[in-house]
Amino acid sequence: MSGLLKSLLAEARASGDWQRLVEAVPYARHLGVEAELVEGELLLRLPFKEPLVGNPSLQALHGGVLGGFLETAAILTLLWRLDSPVIPKTITNTVDYLRSARGLDLQASGEVTRLGRRVASVAVACWSKERQKPLASARLHFLVGGAKAP
Amino acid sequence: MSGSPLPPQSGSGPEAFHAVMRAVFGGVVPYVQLLGITVEDYEDRTLLMRLPYDGSLVGDPDSGVLHGGAVTTLIDSACGLGVIAALEKPRPVATLDLRIDYLKPAEAGRDLFCRSDCYRIAQQVAFARATAFHLGEEETPVAAALGSFMLADLPSSENGA
Repeated sequence: MSGLLKSLLAEARASGDWQRLVEAVPYARHLGVEAELVEGELLLRLPFKEPLVGNPSLQALHGGVLGGFLETAAILTLLWRLDSPVIPKTITNTVDYLRSARGLDLQASGEVTRLGRRVASVAVACWSKERQKPLASARLHFLVGGAKAP
Repeated sequence: MSGSPLPPQSGSGPEAFHAVMRAVFGGVVPYVQLLGITVEDYEDRTLLMRLPYDGSLVGDPDSGVLHGGAVTTLIDSACGLGVIAALEKPRPVATLDLRIDYLKPAEAGRDLFCRSDCYRIAQQVAFARATAFHLGEEETPVAAALGSFMLADLPSSENGA
């Protein structure tokens, strides 16, 4: 259980500023993820960077970048929606790649579709300009019980 | 690149793999290079890749455990590039879907390996499975995955449908 993340999480919940928590996670910083509450919704952004490309002839982002961005968005959505100080542990992540993300800045947002005592499920999608045309979506299940679960 | 002769698919070893990647991408994949992912072994539709542990890929700064996104990247690379190398006429592919089961946490400070197996190549789609593990612990993997991949049209084909 993480002391640093725990205190930043409490701060983010109190202040509505989620960027500091994001910047405390090395991987989120590596991708360049930005987080902001917009009109009552937690919105994540991923500005395009050339080194994140997986197919150089299309300038398309690597599938792992999309998957990692969606997983980051799902975890943050869960932390934002829950009261618990427990950092969720990913059980499964199923990503659908719908359109190639060519040289584009991305946005993502998620929805908690099920919240049980031990498991939470999140659906998350990312898009560039039109939210109605997602580039990728994912469904994830998380362990949210005590540190010793299951 | 479109007209250059491709190495025989029966080739094995990292060199044969790299020759295929040069033919398909004209070099390296930027994000694979950024993470320092390397090819350890390649033979008969099976690809073994290594992701060096790096602090910048950590998900929990207190435990030092890699973020799931780093594991996803290693697995997607091994499956996608493994499919490309397994094709009779190698060409780019696009991941259609990828499901990853996290079986146990990766250990802080240790490199992660991934062995992918392209077990079915159809006309337009190929299927791959993979496990990610620490060296010497392939029987108790960190993650298991299944993916499907769309095959791009060959440069010589008439249209992109």
